[in-house]
Amino acid sequence: MQLNLEVNGQVLQADDVWAGESLLYVLRERLGCPGSKNACEQGECGSCSVYLDGTLVCSCLVLAAQAEGRAVVTVEGLAGAGLLHPVQEAFLAAGAVQCGFCTPGLIVATHDLIARNPAPSDPEIREALAGNLCRCTGYVKILDAVRLAAEKAATS
Amino acid sequence: MSRASTAPVAPPVAPPKEGVPVQGGVGTSALRPDGVPKVKGEFAYSSDMWDEHMLWGATVRSPHPHACIVSIDITDALKHPGVHAVLTHEDVAGRKTFGLERPDQPVLASERVRYRGEPIALVAAAHPETARRAAEAVHIDYEVLQPVTDPEVALDAATVALHPSGNVVRHIHIAHGEPDPEADVVAEATYEVGMQDQAFLGPESGLAVPDGSGGVDLYVSTQWLHVDREQLAASLALAPEEVRITLAGVGGAFGAREDLSIQIHSCMLALTTNRPVKMMYSREESFYGHVHRHPARLNYIHGATTSGELVFVKARLVFDGGAYASSSTAVCANAATLCCGPYEVPNALIDCYAVYTNNPPCGAMRGFGAVQACFAYESQMDLLAAKLAMDPVELRLRNAASTGTVTPTGQKIEGPAPVAELLTRVRDAPLPPPGSPGTPDIRELPGGVSNATHGEAVRRGIGHAAGYKNICYSEGFDDYATARVRLSAPAGEPVVEVHTAAAEVGQGVATIQLQIARTELGVEAAVLRPADTSIGSSGSSSASRQTWMTGGAVKTACEAVRERVLSTAAEVLGAEPGELYLSNGLVMSLELGAVYSLAELLGDTVVEATREYRHAPTSPLDANGQGNAHAGFAFAAHRAVVDVDVELGLVKVVDIATAQDVGMALNPQAVEGQIEGGIAQGIGLALMEEVQVIDGVIRNPSFTDYLIPTSLDMPPVHADVLELGDPGSPYGVKGVGEPPVISSTPAVVAAVRAATGRALRRIPMRPDDVAGLTDRSPAGEAPREPR
Repeated sequence: MQLNLEVNGQVLQADDVWAGESLLYVLRERLGCPGSKNACEQGECGSCSVYLDGTLVCSCLVLAAQAEGRAVVTVEGLAGAGLLHPVQEAFLAAGAVQCGFCTPGLIVATHDLIARNPAPSDPEIREALAGNLCRCTGYVKILDAVRLAAEKAATS
Repeated sequence: MSRASTAPVAPPVAPPKEGVPVQGGVGTSALRPDGVPKVKGEFAYSSDMWDEHMLWGATVRSPHPHACIVSIDITDALKHPGVHAVLTHEDVAGRKTFGLERPDQPVLASERVRYRGEPIALVAAAHPETARRAAEAVHIDYEVLQPVTDPEVALDAATVALHPSGNVVRHIHIAHGEPDPEADVVAEATYEVGMQDQAFLGPESGLAVPDGSGGVDLYVSTQWLHVDREQLAASLALAPEEVRITLAGVGGAFGAREDLSIQIHSCMLALTTNRPVKMMYSREESFYGHVHRHPARLNYIHGATTSGELVFVKARLVFDGGAYASSSTAVCANAATLCCGPYEVPNALIDCYAVYTNNPPCGAMRGFGAVQACFAYESQMDLLAAKLAMDPVELRLRNAASTGTVTPTGQKIEGPAPVAELLTRVRDAPLPPPGSPGTPDIRELPGGVSNATHGEAVRRGIGHAAGYKNICYSEGFDDYATARVRLSAPAGEPVVEVHTAAAEVGQGVATIQLQIARTELGVEAAVLRPADTSIGSSGSSSASRQTWMTGGAVKTACEAVRERVLSTAAEVLGAEPGELYLSNGLVMSLELGAVYSLAELLGDTVVEATREYRHAPTSPLDANGQGNAHAGFAFAAHRAVVDVDVELGLVKVVDIATAQDVGMALNPQAVEGQIEGGIAQGIGLALMEEVQVIDGVIRNPSFTDYLIPTSLDMPPVHADVLELGDPGSPYGVKGVGEPPVISSTPAVVAAVRAATGRALRRIPMRPDDVAGLTDRSPAGEAPREPR
C-alpha cells in the first residue's frame, strides 16, 4: 500500500508498504528517519517515542497505516539542522548520554513533560519517564538533565 | 592463551610540563564526541545501517534445549517469493564452530542442538517479514533428548557428556595456608544467584557488504573487533584481511557483545547472495542470541576467632555455563580468585567449577564472576558478624585488605587497597531522613503508585558491603592495545588524529582517548577515526580495561609524537629537547616561554606514531591455584538504605552511598555515570532481574517479563570518588565500570535482611522471599536449602 504522512513538517510518501509494518519501521527503514530507536518493539522501553498529532506515542505500537494523513514529529524534528533544542543541550551538559540508545526517546518524552508541566518535581519526573528504559546511566544524570531543561525553559 | 611478553612497560617519558591546561584535557568532564549526534538522533547505530539494495537475514533456531537433528528440509523456505538464500551447516565454508576461548559452538547446528534458541539455518529475503516467514518454513526433524539443566547433575560422572571433553568446562582448586585450621566461630550457608541479562537496549544487528571479490565488510556492534575477525575469517575460510570490520554505533554492551551473534551469519548470507545483508534481532531473539550472567550456587564456610579475625574460608562454587564455553573459563577464574573478598584471609580452600548444561549459554557480564562471589562472601560476613554479635562494618574493618595483603592465590596487592577507608566513608555518609510519618507520599513507598501501602508494615533497613575486582586480563594472557596518533596542521592549525580499534560501547572510551591526546600534545583540536580492523587490536571493552589499556596506548603514541616534534624544535633552536614542551598549540621553552607555534613548526609535515601498550605481565595459576594472576585490583563499598513492606515483600531502595577508588578520574562526570549505572544493575540483580529458565527454556524473553530498574526504582546516589593512583597504570587510573555493580547488590540484600530479619540467601529476592513465604528462617540461622 501507499502511505502519505507528514514527518517533521515535510509531507512524505512511502510505497509498497506491507500492511503489518509499524510506524517505527516505516520511519526508520522507508523514510530515512532512524533517530527513533527499536529496543523492544513492544511498547516497554520508550526508545521509539514520537509525537503523533501532538500526542506522545510509542511508534512501535502504532501501525504505519494508522499514521496515514497525520503529522509525526521525531527526535530529528525538535531542532533545526545544526541546532540543538534546550532539552538536547541539557542532556549533553548533564552527562545523561552514554550509549545513547534510549536518548532519542527520553528527549522526546522530556520535551513532552516540560510542555505539560514546566516545573516538574522529582517524583513527577520519575513517573513521567518511567516508561523510558535506560540501561547505562542509572537515571541519576537523566533526572539532572530534566531539571536543567526545565530551568532553561523557565528562563528563556 | 599465550604467555605475556616479559618486556617491561614503556619507560617513563617526561610529562607535558606545566603551562595553561588545554581545554578538554584529562581530569576535565570533557563532552563526548558522539554526544551531539546522539541527542539529535543522528548517531548511526548498528541497527541503523541501511543500503538501498540490502536483504534482511533471519535465523532459524532450535525449539528444544537438547535434541538430535534428524533432517533439515529447506525446500519450502526457498519457494517463498522474495527469498534469496537459505543456508545450513553445509554452507559454512571454513571452521564449523566458533567460540571466545574454545571453538565449541557450531556456527549452524548440524547433528545436535544443546540449547533452546541454537541457530540451525539462515534466510535472506527482500523484506524482514518474508525472511521470518521463510524461516518458519524450514522443516527440521528432531529426536528430542532429555535436557541436563541442573549443574550438579551435569557434574555427576554418570550424566551424559554434552561435549566430547565432558561437562566440566573448568575446575579451579585453591589451597592456601594451613589445610585444616581451627576457628572459634564458624558460619556456613549456601547462596544462589539467578541468571541476569545484560539487557543492553540496542539489539544485535549489523550490515555485511560483499566486496565483489570474495571478501566482506561488516558494520557491527561488538566489544572486540579483532577477536570477531579472527573467528569470522576462520569460519568463512577467508584471510583476515578479506574480512574488514568497522564498529557501528553500539547501544550498550555490558559483556553481551563479547561473543558473536549475527557476525558470521550475516557475512555468509552476503557472500552467498552477493548483496548487502542486514540482520537485527528482536528483543525476544536477543534473549536467545547472547550469553547471560552465570547462575551460581555457592556454599561457604567462614571461620573466625572470637574477636572477629578471619581464620579460614572454605568454599565450593558451581557456575552454570550453559550449552557452550563462551568465557566460562575466565569467569570461573575470577570467581575463584576473588571469592574471599577484599579481606585478610590466611587460609583458604576453594573449589570452583564452571559446567556445561543445556541451559542458555552464559558468559561475560559486567562484574564477570566477581558479582556472584561478592553476594555470597558479603552475606557470609554479615552472618559471621551476627554469630559474633559484632557490628557488620566493624567485622569488615577488622579484616580489611590493604596494600601488601596477600590474596588466597598468593598474590601480594601492590597498589592502593583502601578497603577500610571506603567502608568508613559509606558508613559515615549522611543518612537520608526517615520516611515521613502521618501522610506519606505513596510515590515514596514500596509499591509506589500501585497504592500497595500507606506506610503500614513498612520497615527501614540499612546494609553495607565491600567488593573488589581484577582489572585487565589475567592469568598470563598477552593483553595489549594499539594506537596510532597523527599530528599535523592542515589548515594552519594543529590537529591531532587518534586511531584505535577500541569499542566505544557507551562507557566513554572515545572521549578519554581525545582527552589524553589533548593533554599529551597540548592541542585542543582532536579527532577520533572510526574504530576498525585496519589498525591493530585494542583488546576488548571489558574487564574495566579500556581506559588503562587503550588509554595507555594513546598516551604512549602521543609521547612518541611529542618527542619527535620537540627534537625537531630543539634542532632548529639549538636547544635541548628537555627544555621544551607543548602547550595550547605552542612550543614552549622553560626559559623563554613560547618559542614557536606548533602549526608553524609542523608546516606540511605529518608526525605519526603507532604504539602498543602492555600492562605488567601476569601468571597462570598453578595446581593449587597459586599465582600472580591479576594485573591490578579496584575496590568499592556501598551502603544501601531501603524501605520494605514486610507483609507484601515489596522493596523501595531509598538511598545508596558509595565510595570507590578510581585511581584517577580522567573524566569525573563519566566516572559518576559509570558508578550510577553500575549501581542500577546491582539493584536490578538484588531485586528483580532474572532470566527464568525452566527445563532449559527461557520463560520471560521480553522487557515485559524481564524487569530492569526504571526511573521509579533508582534511588539518589551519593558517590565518594577517591583518586589514590595505581603505580602500574597510565596516570594511575583504575578501571571504573565494574566495581559499582559488585558490592551494590549485597548491600541492598543486607539492608532488606535488616528490615525483615530474614535470611535471604537467593538473588534476585522475590516478594515471596522477602515476605517470608519461601523461607521463614531468621537471619543468623541456617536456612532451608534455597530453591
